[in-house]
Amino acid sequence: MRSMLSVSISAIAVVAASASFAGTVKYYADYDPAPLAAMQEIIADFEAANPDIKIEFQNFDHEGYKTSIRNFLSADAPDLANWYAGNRMAPFVNSGQFMDVSDVWEENGLKEDLASALPSMTIDGKQWGVPYTYYQWGIYYNKSVYADAGVEVPETWDQFVENCAVFQEAGIDCLTTGTKALWPGAGIFDYMNMRTNGYEFHMALANGEAAWTSDEVKATFANWAKIVEPGYITKNHAALDWQDAAALLVQGKAANYVMGNFAVAVFKEGGMTNDTLGFMPFPTIDPNVPRAEEAPTDTIHIPSGATNVEDAKKFLAYMAGAEAQTKMNAAMGQLPINKNASVNEEDPFIKAGFELLSTTPGGIAQFFDRDAPAEMAKMGMEGFQEFMVKPERLDAILERLEKARGRVYK
Amino acid sequence: MSLASTETHSRSWWRENQQKLTPYIFLIPGVIFFLVYVIIPIFESFWLSAYSWDGLGEKEFIGMANYAELFDDEAFYTSLKNNVIWLVLYLLAIPAGLGIAIFLNQKVPGMRAYKSLFFFPFVISQVVVGLIFAWFYAPGFGLFYMIIEKVTGSEIAILADERFATYGIIVAGLWPQIAYCMILYLTGLNAVDPEQIEAARLDGAKSFKMLWYIILPQLRPATFLAMVVTVIGALRSFDLVSIMTDGGPYGSTRVLSFYMYEQALSEYGYRMGYGASVAVVLFLIMMVFISGFIWKMVGDERKGL
Repeated sequence: MRSMLSVSISAIAVVAASASFAGTVKYYADYDPAPLAAMQEIIADFEAANPDIKIEFQNFDHEGYKTSIRNFLSADAPDLANWYAGNRMAPFVNSGQFMDVSDVWEENGLKEDLASALPSMTIDGKQWGVPYTYYQWGIYYNKSVYADAGVEVPETWDQFVENCAVFQEAGIDCLTTGTKALWPGAGIFDYMNMRTNGYEFHMALANGEAAWTSDEVKATFANWAKIVEPGYITKNHAALDWQDAAALLVQGKAANYVMGNFAVAVFKEGGMTNDTLGFMPFPTIDPNVPRAEEAPTDTIHIPSGATNVEDAKKFLAYMAGAEAQTKMNAAMGQLPINKNASVNEEDPFIKAGFELLSTTPGGIAQFFDRDAPAEMAKMGMEGFQEFMVKPERLDAILERLEKARGRVYK
Repeated sequence: MSLASTETHSRSWWRENQQKLTPYIFLIPGVIFFLVYVIIPIFESFWLSAYSWDGLGEKEFIGMANYAELFDDEAFYTSLKNNVIWLVLYLLAIPAGLGIAIFLNQKVPGMRAYKSLFFFPFVISQVVVGLIFAWFYAPGFGLFYMIIEKVTGSEIAILADERFATYGIIVAGLWPQIAYCMILYLTGLNAVDPEQIEAARLDGAKSFKMLWYIILPQLRPATFLAMVVTVIGALRSFDLVSIMTDGGPYGSTRVLSFYMYEQALSEYGYRMGYGASVAVVLFLIMMVFISGFIWKMVGDERKGL
């Protein structure tokens, strides 16, 4: 009996040893097909450079990943997991599910190379993951519509609003959006607020340190109302998905769209080319406010339950490097964070985004639903949508958000 | 020796009580699953609703604070109001189903094909129903939208307009629900006693009187069943809301079950305690109806109906 027991124990030990064999790194991620292919190449490169390490890669679909990460982090943690920067990673950092990887940043000089994403990766003075891609937001516009209406691409908000009147005459929506899924409206709010009050105030608001009923926020909405009240925004935006609104821009029924660079693929699928699709930074509202931009950052983290931390850190360092980031972002059509990585000079949108973000004086925001805590983000985005439908309810909306602020950030 | 005697003893005990025990043994798997997946979670929800918990970190006991917040929450009242609208309008499925069932209860060649056409919406999944109606209402290319635009000249995007969105979803929900009620009544109509109809006809009963005094009383079991499935269907309406509007525009089409999901499990939620308190309220509302139904069923059984 005893001998059988010891045999089975040693058998378990053998199995356990082979499972935690020094070289295996378990990596869970949620890539779309194109970046997935690039990631597999990067993994192959990494394995070639480190023959004793094997990456066990498992891909999830986006939406499923967002729910399953909560389960697998605590139950069966991989050694690496994809997630997002900013406040979006705060729940995992605060509950001790992500590992502090400040040493990876120190040893590889990442604070230099990935400087633009350092603030959004830092909580309590430590870094909790490595960013590998981001993309710019701004206004995408239909060049033919601009040409037909005979207006110039605006640089200031006043010019933008003046153009809107011209577009409305011609029966064209000046600004389109599709807020069925709420988040596209937050892009407009973020820019309105950052251009009116600046990056610091915007972050203070997202962190619950500023009041929604303050004069600053009211000024933001007053500027926004200049295009909401005259009906310059697509009327039924609350029933539209963002792709539906993209179709309006493609068809020339709308002139402008506040979007992230991922939308370019959709515009081009709809038949737009570099000659008809234009990109401009969001216009200046107050020239005294330093320009800040929106650039959501995707990241890779090491869960606290990881078994092979040492090799996982090696992979993080590799992923932070210029070569891997160049390859990954070429496939994603996005921007590398490593400043030594190169971008595709042929793509005018990538080029514009790279210039825009690398010269941003004000600061880089992650996006409202990543900067603000989840509950506040949801309430806020509903408020933005309601404002764009019923601007006369602004005071009630701001009261409601202020009440939520009192509760969310205790 | 002693071993053998206990064996025969136990075998005879088993043989004696076999008849009595068998039903319980067959019940055990069902009871276990019912306990684990229904009864225990109900009590867990009650318990969880007294905590503040994000699903990951430490649970913090906060007593009745979730309920205090709930009763001061606009979104909760919106959901409650929508649930009432759902409940009232969903009941229309019963008379509508009855009407179609009576209409279809004729001996015409090919009737089975017509019946199955009417039954069709119940067969397709709620998600597909939601998608079809969302396209039907869609601004720009939806059929309904175009008709309204032609007829009235004004553009109305049903699902983007807080005044109509909930009604738009309920209409989508009624489509399969009417089919369901129709099927219940069709089977009920098969069991209607032709002799009674004959007798009533001799006594001069016609159309509405015939329906009200002769047919409907015989359809009582079908009506009861239709009532139960419709009320419960209205209260747990979730999939259509989720597919068609996702609770929007700005949360005006939320119902309690959707709000519970949003708070506890959606991308911006993970307030498990608060979601649980919504679930408890929804459970209590359902309990009113369910116990009413059970009370009536037990009463009917006693009366031997």
